[in-house]
Amino acid sequence: MIGVNRNLIMFGLMALMLSAVGFGQSWSLALAIVNLCLISAIMALGVNIQWGYAGLFNVGVMGFAALGGVAGVLVSSQPVPGAWAVGGAGILAAGGVALVTIFAVWLVTRVHFPFRGVVIGIVILAGFLAARAVFDPAVEAIEGYQSARYGYLGGLGLPILFSWFVGGALAAGAAWIVGKISLGLRSDYLAIATLGISEIIVAMLKNEDWLARGVKNVTGLPRPVPYEVDLQQAVWFQDLAQSLGTSSVDLSSIVVKLSYAALFAVVLLAVLWLSETALRSPWGRMMRAIRDNEVAAGAMGKDVTKRHLQVFILGSAVIGMAGAMLTTLDGQFTPSSYQPLRFTFVIWVMVIVGGSGNNWGAVLGGFLIWFLWVEAEPIGLWLMDTLTSGMAIENPLRLHLIKSAAHMRLMTMGLVLLLVLRFAPQGLIPEQKR
Amino acid sequence: MSFLIGEVMTGGYGTGADILHDCTIAVDKGEIAVVVGPNGAGKSTAMKAMFGMLNLRSGRVLLDGEDITALTPQARVHKGMGFVPQTSNVFTSMSVEENLEMGAFIREDDISNTMEQVFALFPILKEKRAQAAGELSGGQRQQVAVARALMTKPQVLMLDEPTAGVSPIVMDELFDRIIEIARTGITILIVEQNARQALNIADKGYVLVQGRNRFTDTGQALLANPEVRQSFLGG
Amino acid sequence: MEDVTNAIVLILNFLFVPGLTYGCQLALGALGVTLVYGILRYSNFAHGETMSFGAMVCILVVWWLQSLGISIAPLPTVLLALPIGILATVLFCLLTDRLVYRFYRQQKSQPVILLIASIGVMFLMNGLIRFVIGPDDRRVGDGARFIINAREFRQMTGLSEGLAIKTSQGITVIVTVLLVAALFWFLNRTRAGKSMRAYSDNEDLALLSGINPERVVMITWILTGILATIAGTLYGLDKSYKPFTYLQLLLPIFAAAIVGGLGNPLGAIAGGFVIAFSEVSITFAYRKFIAYLVPESWAPDGLLQLLSTDYKFAVSFVILVLVLLIRPTGIFRGQST
Repeated sequence: MIGVNRNLIMFGLMALMLSAVGFGQSWSLALAIVNLCLISAIMALGVNIQWGYAGLFNVGVMGFAALGGVAGVLVSSQPVPGAWAVGGAGILAAGGVALVTIFAVWLVTRVHFPFRGVVIGIVILAGFLAARAVFDPAVEAIEGYQSARYGYLGGLGLPILFSWFVGGALAAGAAWIVGKISLGLRSDYLAIATLGISEIIVAMLKNEDWLARGVKNVTGLPRPVPYEVDLQQAVWFQDLAQSLGTSSVDLSSIVVKLSYAALFAVVLLAVLWLSETALRSPWGRMMRAIRDNEVAAGAMGKDVTKRHLQVFILGSAVIGMAGAMLTTLDGQFTPSSYQPLRFTFVIWVMVIVGGSGNNWGAVLGGFLIWFLWVEAEPIGLWLMDTLTSGMAIENPLRLHLIKSAAHMRLMTMGLVLLLVLRFAPQGLIPEQKR
Repeated sequence: MSFLIGEVMTGGYGTGADILHDCTIAVDKGEIAVVVGPNGAGKSTAMKAMFGMLNLRSGRVLLDGEDITALTPQARVHKGMGFVPQTSNVFTSMSVEENLEMGAFIREDDISNTMEQVFALFPILKEKRAQAAGELSGGQRQQVAVARALMTKPQVLMLDEPTAGVSPIVMDELFDRIIEIARTGITILIVEQNARQALNIADKGYVLVQGRNRFTDTGQALLANPEVRQSFLGG
Repeated sequence: MEDVTNAIVLILNFLFVPGLTYGCQLALGALGVTLVYGILRYSNFAHGETMSFGAMVCILVVWWLQSLGISIAPLPTVLLALPIGILATVLFCLLTDRLVYRFYRQQKSQPVILLIASIGVMFLMNGLIRFVIGPDDRRVGDGARFIINAREFRQMTGLSEGLAIKTSQGITVIVTVLLVAALFWFLNRTRAGKSMRAYSDNEDLALLSGINPERVVMITWILTGILATIAGTLYGLDKSYKPFTYLQLLLPIFAAAIVGGLGNPLGAIAGGFVIAFSEVSITFAYRKFIAYLVPESWAPDGLLQLLSTDYKFAVSFVILVLVLLIRPTGIFRGQST
């Protein structure tokens, strides 16, 4: 029971810190942080499923999150019929050629004959060139179609909430491919392979403009919650603001953020509940048995690689879902914002600090580390300002330190990770021994 | 008094259950002692205990009258003990000559004499001195392993199943070399599966069962003992 | 005939020379990763930042030297700064080992724990570097820009294609050759180097032979610091110094080390060139090259580029995947545990 109390206190402290921002800075800011905390917590849960349940070291969080993010565009933006007319057929044809090539390679791998590797290489190269031959003109046509506004195929025009599932599915698909290749090899190889795939995914999203406009970004995606302007114009809302003694502008911003928070919280709780249930099920027990002793589990007839693939796909799907939620919150998809430090390594810090193997720990870690990530900058600025307050205003060292304070957050992350790993390797909420 | 003595040793690996129970093994200077026994009797464990690779709960190890129970394996190497592990006992990616140099790593003096002596003992190694140890046959590898341990000019050489996995001809050859090494005054302790051949060259033999001394006598006497023959030498 | 010569010069200029330079930089980077892996047995994710750190110190020293008016033109001043950069980086490596990695080594932690610790070090160094020098682009080289420039080459040979060799490229290749030769001399000829190889090959036996592991680890960090500083500085000299690019180098560097066989120094070098030449040749546009070799009417319309340069990561990745599928221990067998 002491453990539960301790955890409650830690979550309570977290709430206290967030409210401190609310009182000290503004509630709108506090809620903005909370929303990203919620998304971070879901990503951390995804990583925790892979690392904490199965000991899989996924350094490709960024890629899976970005795939989820692009799902937001693919599902919710309006289709661009003009672009489909000029290049849609070409893209589909290229996809068809790619599928045929894959099928051909699969056929070749079925039979054994000399120089098979060379033949496979030729088949792949031929397929690649053939696909490019139809793909390139189609892409040029699409990207040329009203490029200032469209220049891409557009999405399905469905409500953006669907993208949360589609994002999860896309990430799961990518995880299946990566997992098939690199699971069953050493953990270092999985790390490098996932690092690679995530760089490739982000490079594609940056450069394949026909898909989601690349770095030109797709903005103004429809929201699942009301717009501030609409609220501000509604009579009942103005009355409500008046009765609460605040301006309708401030209140509308808070209400919108609260609505997002409610949506995200529902997903977080659902994922948390599912993860906890899974962990307690025979499946979860088996997963932990495999993690703790792969050799013994393998000897008992458990298909270790297959289980690992399962858990890798599940975790990646959760990360993808969180990526789609991020796009939903931003109302736009900006591939260039996907940096490995922010989207891969910070998530890892969350999991390690929270407590690997414990879902509640991952959630707490998600909240705490995101909070630190955001607040490290102002705190660093304040720290530098205080430290150098003795110096002249124009002192170049003082100016440099204050200008560089923004980079304090990276150092903070490193320091927190190293300290926790060294002095509390179990994390804030250790895994329960069942 | 014997040169190397493991006295009433009791202990096991880490915090696990005891494997050795009041086990005593002693070798005189320049003699060959052989430890035999069924699988799981604690033969290798007894040897590792004498080399400081596991914690003794009671008992002690004496080298030339000095109590070395508390020393680490590395410190025992400095005291003049050489150890040839059963597996992974050569640096596979390094040449034979480099293996020998690494064997002599703790020596600051000129090692070329010792190397010539070792090459005289194992002429094949001189021939293959530039070849990677990992490319040699099993028997040649065992020679490299023994030669490596000899490079420190040890007073005691401990061999953990040196003939495991080598052909009978190579085994006889290896035992001949071991006798030659003993003649130079080096004290030798061997743990062996091939009990009959090993006891043949032994001045002293120990039969261990479940971590306890069962029979202790000269090698020839043990070979002649009907009970030992019946139970441990296959009749 | 002249067309063929032109085609060859074109390939030399745009494919061979850049590939060779990049290969040298990757090889040096991969050597650092592979040494740490061979001795300390974990994948050091902080290696990119170690390279960046070394390059940063060199740049700071260059600024100081320039302010004193010291220069070795036509060679870039940064060559003078290298010793100080190396010293600082080696000290930094030894300090992180003392404060971070040694603890886990003594605990005999799993390699993945050390890997996570290296991520912490990566964050810390990344922040520190940006804190000190800022995130902006810095030019590292000064002095003469070219050994041969394209115009001079054209005038000299009368060909229509030019061959340009930048000073930075020349320096990269020469320094790499010298450094690799020195490294292999050290590993194969000296007692300390052999003890490192022995430790990497068989840790238990090395301990039995009286090799002091802490000393081996110290030497490893010294070598890593030297290799990382030089690799990072050469890369910055050739392209330009931007702190975030070094994190991106991690992928091709690890790909090179794994392709060559993790823990195997010779493999790291081979892997570096395999990755570099694959990247350059797959992202090279062959239109002009083909145009020289075929009759005018056959000249192709497209760029004849297999992949755009934006996807150069994909090349490292695909090669990595191929090696993992076909020969998981790498071209030269590395450690498989």
